[in-house]
Amino acid sequence: MAVTDGAQEVSRRTISKRPNRLFKNMTAKIATIPMIFTALVVFIGCTVWTIYHSFTKSKLLPAPEKWVGLDQYERLWSTRRWLVSIENLAIYGICSLVLSLVIGFTLAALLDRKIRGEGIFRTIFLYPFALSFIVTGLVWQWILNPQFGIQGVVQRWGWESFTFDPLNNANIVIYGILIAGIWQGSGFIMVILLAGLRGIDEDIWKASRVEGIPAWKTYIFIIIPMMRPIFVTALVLIAAGIIKVYDLVVAQTSGGPGISSEVPAKYVIEKMFQSQNLGQGFAASTMMLLSVLVVLIPWAYLEFGGKRRD
Amino acid sequence: MTDAPSNLGVTPRGAKPRKRLTPTNIMLYGTLFVASVYYLLPLYVMLVTSLKGMPEIRLGNVFAPPVEVTFEPWVKAWAQACTGINCDGLSRGFWNSVQILVPSVVISIAIASINGYALSLWKFKGSEVFFTILIFGAFIPYQVMIYPIVILLREAGEVLSAVTGTKIRLMGSIWGLVIVHTIFGMPILTLLFRNYFASVPEELFKAARVDGAGFWQIYFQIMLPMALPIFVVAIILQVTGIWNDFLFGVIFTKPDTYPMTVQLNNIVNSVQGVKEYNVNMAATMLTGLVPLIIYFASGKLFVRGIAAGAVKG
Repeated sequence: MAVTDGAQEVSRRTISKRPNRLFKNMTAKIATIPMIFTALVVFIGCTVWTIYHSFTKSKLLPAPEKWVGLDQYERLWSTRRWLVSIENLAIYGICSLVLSLVIGFTLAALLDRKIRGEGIFRTIFLYPFALSFIVTGLVWQWILNPQFGIQGVVQRWGWESFTFDPLNNANIVIYGILIAGIWQGSGFIMVILLAGLRGIDEDIWKASRVEGIPAWKTYIFIIIPMMRPIFVTALVLIAAGIIKVYDLVVAQTSGGPGISSEVPAKYVIEKMFQSQNLGQGFAASTMMLLSVLVVLIPWAYLEFGGKRRD
Repeated sequence: MTDAPSNLGVTPRGAKPRKRLTPTNIMLYGTLFVASVYYLLPLYVMLVTSLKGMPEIRLGNVFAPPVEVTFEPWVKAWAQACTGINCDGLSRGFWNSVQILVPSVVISIAIASINGYALSLWKFKGSEVFFTILIFGAFIPYQVMIYPIVILLREAGEVLSAVTGTKIRLMGSIWGLVIVHTIFGMPILTLLFRNYFASVPEELFKAARVDGAGFWQIYFQIMLPMALPIFVVAIILQVTGIWNDFLFGVIFTKPDTYPMTVQLNNIVNSVQGVKEYNVNMAATMLTGLVPLIIYFASGKLFVRGIAAGAVKG
C-alpha cells in the first residue's frame, strides 16, 4: 500500500489558506460522488435495508411494515425447498472448492514443468471462463442428454445397462451441475496458481534437486506451503463464486427435477420477483450474507489484521 | 546466490533437456491431453450439433461429426427462433445486448478510472474508508441489495419524470441496467485503476501541480494517455462481464429489451414445441461468440484482466 503522501502534501500546501476542511480537495470529492454514493447508499444502505426488512412481515411493498422478529427465519428454516437449496449449496460448494483447487493446481504444476506448447494448453483450459454460465449450462444440458448424449453414446456402443443421467436423477443432479461448473471455472484457478508457481524462486528447485528430493515431494512439502497466500486468495475467489451460483442452475436444470437442484440464490430471486413473498426473500438473502461473512471475516482478519506488512 | 561467471552465456541454463519419450513425459503430456479433451469437448459438441440437420441428430450421437453440413440452424437461430409470441430470433437479443453493452462499458470505466485516479493521487479525508467499503461490497451477494435497488430506480425515475416533465423510466429500461452494471463493476475496476495510478511516478504528478494543472487537466492530459493499456484491460473485463450477465438482465429489463443471454435461455428452455437441438446449439454458439472472439483476440490481456481480481488492494 504505497501511499502517495507527496500528493497530499502538495494539495495541503496549496489550499492551506482556506479555513474550511470540507472544501479541501473539493474537485476530487465531487468527482468521486458516484463512488461515495455506491459505497454508502448501495453497499451499506441497501444491505441494511434488506436486513431490517427481513424482520418484518412484508409480502408486497409498499405496505405498512410490521415487526415480526425472527418469524421469517423460522419459516425459512422449516421450508423444505430452502433446506434442499442449502444442502445442494453445501455439496456443490465443498466439491467445487476441492476439485477446483486440485484440478487447478495439477494443471498449473504440469504447465510449469517447462513443457512445449504451454500457451496452447493454457488457452484451452481458460477459454470456458470467458463464456457465460447460461452458455455453459445449456451445452452441458445437451451433452448430458440421456438419449443423445454421453449415456446414449455408451449404450449404443453395446453397454446396454450403462446409466449416466444426472440431470434427470434427483439424487445426483447437483453433480451434473458440478461438472459444468468445474469446466467453466477451474481454468481461472489454474491461471492464479500458475502465477503463484512462477513466483517461486528457481533456487528452491535447484536445492531440492541437489538434495535428491522427488518433484512430488517438493510440491507437497515445500512449494504448496510457500504458496499459502495465493491459495487463500484462490479459496476466497472460489467461495465468492459458489454463493452466487444461479444462472448455471437456471440454464441447466431450472432447479429440477422437482426442486432437487435448487440453490439459495435462486430461492431469493423467485421469492422476491415471482411469488411476491418479499419477507422470505429478505430473510433468505440475509442468510446468504451471513454465510459470506463467515468466510470473509476470518480472511480479512488474517490478511489485514494481525501483523501489518508495509 | 547466482554469482554468474562471465562465460555463462555459453553454458545451458534451466533444467537439463530430457529424452523425448521418458515415462514422465508420457504421463505429463498424456494428462494434459486428456484434460484438453474435457475442456474442448463442449465447444466441439456445440459446433457439430449446430451444423447438423434434425434427422441426423435423432439418428446419431452428440459426438459424431456432421455428414451433411448445413447452416440452416444458424440462420434459424439468428432470425426465426421463438420466445413466447415473438419469432424474430436471437438477433433482437443481440442488438439489445449491444445497446446495453456500449453505454455500460463507457460509463462504468469512465467513473471507475476517475475513482482510481482520485483515490491514488488526490486522497481526501475518508477516501480510504469509501474504498474499503467498495472492496468489501464486492463480496456482498447481489441478492441482498437487489430489491432496494429496484425501489431506488423506480423512485428515481419518478423524480426525474417530475423534474423534466417527460416520462422517464429507469426500471425496466436499458438505462436502469446501465446504472446497475456501473455500480457492480465499480469495485473491481476502481481497484484496477487505483493500483495502476499508484504506480505512476510521483514527480510527474508534482511537476504538473507546480505548473498549475488542476484535477481534470492532469487526468485528461497526463494520466489518461498514460493509462491506455489499463483501459484496454478494463474494457475486456467489462465487455465479457456485461455480455455474460443474466441476473441483472432478467430483473432490470422487460421482455422486449432482454439481453442476449436471457433470450437464449428462454429460447432453449421453452417448453412449447418440438426441441430443435441444432437450432439451440447454434443459438448458444452465437451468444458465446462475442466473449470467445474477445478472449482469443486479446490473449494475455484477458488473463491480466481477470487476474486483477486476484490482486490484493
